[in-house]
Amino acid sequence: MDFSYTILIPLIPLAVFLLLGINYKSIKPSVSGWIGSLGLFATLVLSYYTAYQYFFVVGKVGDIYQTFTEQWRWMSFTETLYIDMGVMIDQISVMMLVVVSTISFMVHLYSRGYMKGDPGYTKFFAFLSLFTFSMMGLVLAVNLFQIYIFWELVGVSSFLLIGYYYTKPSAVAAAKKAFIVTRFADLGFLIGILIIGYYGGSYDFATLNDLEGNVITNWASTSFMGLSVITWGLLLIFIGGAGKSAMFPLHIWLPDAMEGPTPVSALIHAATMVVAGVYLVARLFPLYYFVEDGYALNVVAWVGAFSALFAAIIALTQNDIKRVLAFSTMSQIGYMMLALGVSGYYGHDGLGYMASMFHLFTHAMFKGLLFLGAGSIIHAIHSNYLQDMGGLRKYMPITHITFLIAALSIAGFPGFAGFFSKDEILVAAYEHNKLIYVIGVVVAGLTAFYMFRLYFGIFWGKDTKYEHTPHESPVSMTFPLVFLAIMSAVAGYIHFSEYVTVDHQPFEAHLNYPLAAIAVGVGLLGIILAFIFYKKPSGLPEKVAASFGSLYQWAFDKFYFDELYLFVTKEIIFKRISAPFAWFDRHIVDGTMNLIGNSTVSGSEKIKKIQTGRVQDYAFAFIAGAVVLAMIFIYKWII
Amino acid sequence: MVDYSFMAAIQLAVYAGGVIVLIIFSVLLVHHIELRLEVSKLSQRILAGLLSLSGLALTLYAIFTYEFSVIENTNSIEVHDIGLGMLSYKEGGFILPFEVISVLLVAVMIGAIVIAKGKRLEQ
Amino acid sequence: MIQGISIYEILTLTSIIFFIGIYGFLTRKNLITMLLSIELILNASAINFVVINTYLYPDVLQGVFFSVFIVAIAAAETALAVAIVINLYKLITSVEVEDTETMKY
Repeated sequence: MDFSYTILIPLIPLAVFLLLGINYKSIKPSVSGWIGSLGLFATLVLSYYTAYQYFFVVGKVGDIYQTFTEQWRWMSFTETLYIDMGVMIDQISVMMLVVVSTISFMVHLYSRGYMKGDPGYTKFFAFLSLFTFSMMGLVLAVNLFQIYIFWELVGVSSFLLIGYYYTKPSAVAAAKKAFIVTRFADLGFLIGILIIGYYGGSYDFATLNDLEGNVITNWASTSFMGLSVITWGLLLIFIGGAGKSAMFPLHIWLPDAMEGPTPVSALIHAATMVVAGVYLVARLFPLYYFVEDGYALNVVAWVGAFSALFAAIIALTQNDIKRVLAFSTMSQIGYMMLALGVSGYYGHDGLGYMASMFHLFTHAMFKGLLFLGAGSIIHAIHSNYLQDMGGLRKYMPITHITFLIAALSIAGFPGFAGFFSKDEILVAAYEHNKLIYVIGVVVAGLTAFYMFRLYFGIFWGKDTKYEHTPHESPVSMTFPLVFLAIMSAVAGYIHFSEYVTVDHQPFEAHLNYPLAAIAVGVGLLGIILAFIFYKKPSGLPEKVAASFGSLYQWAFDKFYFDELYLFVTKEIIFKRISAPFAWFDRHIVDGTMNLIGNSTVSGSEKIKKIQTGRVQDYAFAFIAGAVVLAMIFIYKWII
Repeated sequence: MVDYSFMAAIQLAVYAGGVIVLIIFSVLLVHHIELRLEVSKLSQRILAGLLSLSGLALTLYAIFTYEFSVIENTNSIEVHDIGLGMLSYKEGGFILPFEVISVLLVAVMIGAIVIAKGKRLEQ
Repeated sequence: MIQGISIYEILTLTSIIFFIGIYGFLTRKNLITMLLSIELILNASAINFVVINTYLYPDVLQGVFFSVFIVAIAAAETALAVAIVINLYKLITSVEVEDTETMKY
């Protein structure tokens, strides 16, 4: 089956980016909105067609999902070192195509309303298309180099979009922070790629993931400090993934990234780019599972679990609704990492992998919806802060209902999509590691609580008097909300285990009723607590916060990690390490160059005095030269 | 004493009659010069002197280390032979250089007049 | 051919005259006296030609002719040089070599 038409899926957004980028001064804003949306619609249609073809028509051969690759040699260095570019169609890449194109298309439609009147409208759509192109390229990558290239491109798009309001210093600082932190993580990624490529012999995913291949059978051949070299490579690659997915301790950029426009937050920092780290681990899952008996996979699980708990605690205290959602995203991605970490490989043991991908899918839907709803609210009230909101259910019914659906989904209310995916994760965790399971359940409860704190605080709570009455958003903004709400509700009913599995064979996944009951119970507890605290204005939240005392303050200040990193970079790296190098460069390197230049000038100043303008001096030189040359050449007195 | 009386005659005519007169006329024309002829700087004189002495030493060394094969003879140079040689176009004849020199002298005459006249010629 | 005087002595004489001319050219301050030194140089080389002709190649006359040409050219060159000096004098009213230094750095 020829899937080479899938190369169009990343290329259409690239063409839109080039078109809008080159002509951004001459295209009218409304036209650029249409062009961007139409381009994305074409991509969407192609992605859905590919998904239909793959999952329902040709993908399965004898009950095993095949992997289709088309690749072209891009750069060739030696026989064994070359970089190919191409497309790899298998279960997770097709699933990601569907997710990315859906969310991107919804965000395009939404932005046509949200960004209306903004002076850089065309630029915004150009950057959105650039991001979509990069993300598609990342998802379809066939080897580690290609995924790294598109990884960096996604980082650049994120930088451009976070710093979109470039006149705001905080936005510029946030963009720099995001790019620098992820770039720092990518150093680990690159070193990991090189280690794996060198010791494994190939950079190609098909070759690396081959169960009878060199890497998986021979991983113990070289070790370093007690662990196999391949394990080190995998850990380093995971550092790259952790940076991009905002896992602890590289999470500091995600809350600040909320400085970007809300559609950007929805697209990049909720649904697609931040899951790139999860996608990377999923892509290399056979390596993570089989090498050193899953040592690296264990690290992934614990990092995910800790990040989930850490983020959930901080999210309880924040007042900026976008920051609450950002920490919620970090927490949910922690869930996805955790699920990958506890997964096995064969048949039903691969439940964690399937659950992680399932949660990725549903999370994109409901988190995208939450962000777009938050954008709708911010657009109406012109403020991000919970204190300024309250009683909005009267003014914005559609936003209210869709936000409620999303909140129920993320809290794991039975029947909605989040319930099914989160439940599968908890089942997988229970079968593998009880402590991680307990952490998962606690985080589920915290998630329900802070989500409904947000919901009640915005739509119920106190009856705030607004300066100008907030009105419901236009259709361009509410249509995506409605669509995503429907998806958040029904996506749970997809039998994901028949489509996306780690060993490429479908299996049956059943609902584990006792564990589901525990999860639902914890979720309902969270919702009820939030109801008590926040539905009507009361002093209860402040009293509880005060009773926690300094613990509350620490959580509110995000456990001071930003300050710690700032200290390390400013005091230690800048002053102690970089400053001497800068001094050396300025004074010694530049000084040498200046010295050479100045000496040439002063030398020539002295030499030019030979030209006196007097004929007799010239004659003197002439005759002297003749005499000397005669002596040297004819009589060889001197030589 | 080389029995080259023709050269002596030429020297007398050209130099004593022509060049000296020319120089004295030019000196009179530029009568702005001081009565006392200044001498140049000591360093310049010493350097020039050194150069001349070294060149002289080199030349004398070249001369004295060379074996000249002198042919003893008592020929004298006749004006008759010089004249024949100057106008001969056979081997050993110098008619071509003679004509060239004539042209050169004409050019020099015209050039000297042009240069010395200066601006007034352009009007 | 002069009886009793070897060629070496005559060539020594001409070399001394030649280098006196060079010394004079490098040392004089007045343009006219520089021209006189150049005359010395030319005459010395003319004598050289004649002497070598009569001592080493007595049956040909090339040296003699060359000396005639040298005299002619020396005269022509002196005439032109004097014309140039007069033109220069009209410009800078001086015949000192020091005042002709406009082509210095």
